[in-house]
Amino acid sequence: MPAHDVLIIGAGLAGQRAALAAAQDGASVAIMSKVHPVRSHSVAAAGGINAAISVDDDWRSHAYDTVKGSDFLGDQDAIEIMCSEAPGEVMNLEHMGVTFHRNDRGEMDLRAFGGASMKRTAYVADITGQALLHVLYEQLMKHHETVERFEEWFTTSLLTDEAGNCAGVIARDIRTGALEVFTAKNVILACGGAGQAYRPTTNGLIVTGDGISMAYRVGAPLMDMEMVQYHPTCLVETGMLITEGARGEGAHLLNANGERFMEKSAPNKMELASRDVVSRAEQIEINEGRGVGPDGRGIYLDITVVPRKRTLEALREIVNLGRDFAGVDITREPIMIRPGQHYIMGGVKTDVDGRTPIDGLYAAGEVACVSVHGGNRLGANSLLDTLIFGRRAGEHAAARAAAMGPPKIDAGAQLKRDADELEAIIARPREGGRRVSEIKNELGDTMNKHAAVFRDEEGLNSALETIHRLREESGKAWIDDRGTVFNQDVLGAVELGFMIDCAETTVVAAIERKESRGAQYRTDFPERNDEEWLKHIDLTLKDGEPEVSYSEVTFTQWQPEVRKY
Amino acid sequence: MAEIHDRPPEQFTLRLRRFNPESGEAPYWDEHTVELEPHRSVLEGILQARDKYDGSIGIRCSCRQAICGSCGIRVNGEPSLACHTHLDAAKASAKDGVIEIEPMGNMPVLKDLIVDMDAVHWKKIQRVTPWLLAKQPVPEREYIVPKDSMVDVTQTMACIQCGACVSDCLAMEVDPGFIGPAALAKAYRFVGDPRDAEQYERLNDLSEDPQGIFDCTHCFKCVEACPKDVNPMGQIMRLRRIASADQEIVDQNNGVRHEHAFSTLVKDNGLLWEAELLPRSYGGDSWFGKFAPAAGKELLSSLPAILKALIRGKVTPMGALKPHKLAKADLQSVQAIYEKIESREERYELNLYIAGEDEAPEPSEQPAPTPASETTVASSPPDSGTGQAEETNHEEAEPVGPGSENETPEGSDS
Repeated sequence: MPAHDVLIIGAGLAGQRAALAAAQDGASVAIMSKVHPVRSHSVAAAGGINAAISVDDDWRSHAYDTVKGSDFLGDQDAIEIMCSEAPGEVMNLEHMGVTFHRNDRGEMDLRAFGGASMKRTAYVADITGQALLHVLYEQLMKHHETVERFEEWFTTSLLTDEAGNCAGVIARDIRTGALEVFTAKNVILACGGAGQAYRPTTNGLIVTGDGISMAYRVGAPLMDMEMVQYHPTCLVETGMLITEGARGEGAHLLNANGERFMEKSAPNKMELASRDVVSRAEQIEINEGRGVGPDGRGIYLDITVVPRKRTLEALREIVNLGRDFAGVDITREPIMIRPGQHYIMGGVKTDVDGRTPIDGLYAAGEVACVSVHGGNRLGANSLLDTLIFGRRAGEHAAARAAAMGPPKIDAGAQLKRDADELEAIIARPREGGRRVSEIKNELGDTMNKHAAVFRDEEGLNSALETIHRLREESGKAWIDDRGTVFNQDVLGAVELGFMIDCAETTVVAAIERKESRGAQYRTDFPERNDEEWLKHIDLTLKDGEPEVSYSEVTFTQWQPEVRKY
Repeated sequence: MAEIHDRPPEQFTLRLRRFNPESGEAPYWDEHTVELEPHRSVLEGILQARDKYDGSIGIRCSCRQAICGSCGIRVNGEPSLACHTHLDAAKASAKDGVIEIEPMGNMPVLKDLIVDMDAVHWKKIQRVTPWLLAKQPVPEREYIVPKDSMVDVTQTMACIQCGACVSDCLAMEVDPGFIGPAALAKAYRFVGDPRDAEQYERLNDLSEDPQGIFDCTHCFKCVEACPKDVNPMGQIMRLRRIASADQEIVDQNNGVRHEHAFSTLVKDNGLLWEAELLPRSYGGDSWFGKFAPAAGKELLSSLPAILKALIRGKVTPMGALKPHKLAKADLQSVQAIYEKIESREERYELNLYIAGEDEAPEPSEQPAPTPASETTVASSPPDSGTGQAEETNHEEAEPVGPGSENETPEGSDS
């Protein structure tokens, strides 16, 4: 039975950074992921990472932009930590080997990004997430003696001891089907968001809300789950992401009349307003009949205004994406895009050291809600979030481990419970049930219809009803694969359960918040209401249902003001 | 706009190579017909088959947009990413209209389309010391390095570790110990990085290893296979050039000598003089090379192969003694290439990331041209110290193509 000081679930940027930090501080560390680490979805982050490294910049300016971007729902103590530690972290990454783009003087170059008051986004072409992820993995290979890797292991549940503290996980070796107990003094969840609860989404097929759901099931509160980011530039048909870097480099958004419609809603920042603002503006154009394309479902993103050489050098990935997935040469013609599900600001509630209210359980990255993003995340702040809070969680967990003895836990009963559940799914008869994939698709369509850019009570209630039905159905859903080696089918059924938890809490929180703030826009409550709703919504599992409570937003230097771009 | 969105769904039949390690039975073929728009990917086809007909089809996949590197497979015998191959293109290249899908090669199959990348690919990556050995002292802020050097290594940084190049590496098929295209491209990512302190040590290691940079047979398979234009073979050739020309490493495997002999023979004769290649590779790069003890020893040990070649008529005694004859004008043309390249002050290196100029060339008739093939640009290598990119357009008569060599017409099959 493997036992570690710090066990990290998820090997994207947050997880790998946490592992390196905890190992550096002398803890025995294991990192576990259901995929090989470089397949983690951090790889898809394109545009860059924010840090006030320019001599003209100040981290307070970055922090203010982040607070404003969050529509004042972000916790300012956490935002101050993230933004003030950003320059040091980015330099650390540079020293580790990240091939950041340089300017003519050989210093790190910076590009413009949405919602930022100046250029502060460091980047590697438009593969920044990939470059960061692969360089961190280089470090894991380097430190293979101090960081044990469990690649292609699927975590089925968190272990808690009699006092309710987290003491490890149960996980299945995907290659062999063996189910094992991993005990740990601390578990850090770093397994990303829940984009697959939506269809379409920019997120990979692996992004199924595992960590959020597992934490929720052992009693950890979820926070700000209603805040779901729709990215303004996704391919109309497949929902694939076109980086915000395109607009950062100067690309325009045009409606069917060829107008740069952003001047109506963001006359100063135009295309570089924050994402919630741009996505809403696009959706209004589409809804009011000024969309482009065969059935007016899209908006034109015109990258031809960016010098061609610059596009080929700095936006190469989307040149390929346009060519291969939309048949468009973006250096010559505009490409059709629309808003699409991209990120969840909410997640497992943590403090600034990644601690959840459950002792021994930490969370960092998209799975967590510290909250630095509040109602809306700024582009290029997510990579930063993963690294800063991944590191802090790793450091804190290592320190905690040093001061405690090994957890005392008899995991036999829980191991048997999980094993029985998996066996039961595999053995389910086809009669009277639906396929897992059908239920998943209906869930995704429902969320994308009712819990999207614009929401109202009626739609949300109908979504909740559907989700309850799908939860019933998921208990009878059947699969084909009866094997043990790489039985992805049975894991898909487990993931469906995770996604239903995420969808349910998202919709419940969206119904609860009767105002419009950040990514939550209620057509039946179109105004921001600071008097009643300048607070976080927390959801805790009680008797199978999410129980609502509230928590304060932390303010330090910036009071709420009218948000204009 | 190219309105590919308007094309209606069509039927595509997929023939999947299945293998269930628990059944005790041999691999078999399994056919499913799916209905999708023709520009959708093979991965979407496989996922539709999995969602609708058989959930037990095993394939790794996640991002669906050629960035996570999970879904390396073979389509109609060619390695690629499932998500990066269009159904219509796959159908067009299929023998009988049925798209044939198999797991990648050179790696053990675990189940269906899933191969053991740890056993081969990642082991080889680990072999090349795949982390930065940073120059000391570490600066307080970032290392100050030429802009183009970072863009240059970004081409290898763009590798998504999908294994497509490993799958069909011919050298690895013959010599499974060959470090291989992906890992050597990864090695270039550090050798080309001006922040790395151990360029010489890395190159020396990879030159002296008999399964290192000189084990590549220059077949271009990896260049074709790579979905991200990493150009692994090109990176291997760059490692060779930096090792021999800049670091003056002469390896014990005779890799460098072999290349020099090859190059000299082509320069002198316009064509390769095969019989001279071996003695010169071992004995020294001149006609007298064959009298060196090392060459004699090698010739002796190659005697069975030489005899076999004589018996089968692959070589004749006369052909071995005399070089091929080339018309004088042709010979001069070949030598003009040498003169032009050797007279350059700096070596040109191909880099796909520094690709193009602000003025776009007119669209060609070919569908969906890649930016890299529209304009190719050579930049000086980071080790040349200036960091100045020199750009050329393909309309100039540079003998440059994707993945081609433009320094010396070397070609080693050591």
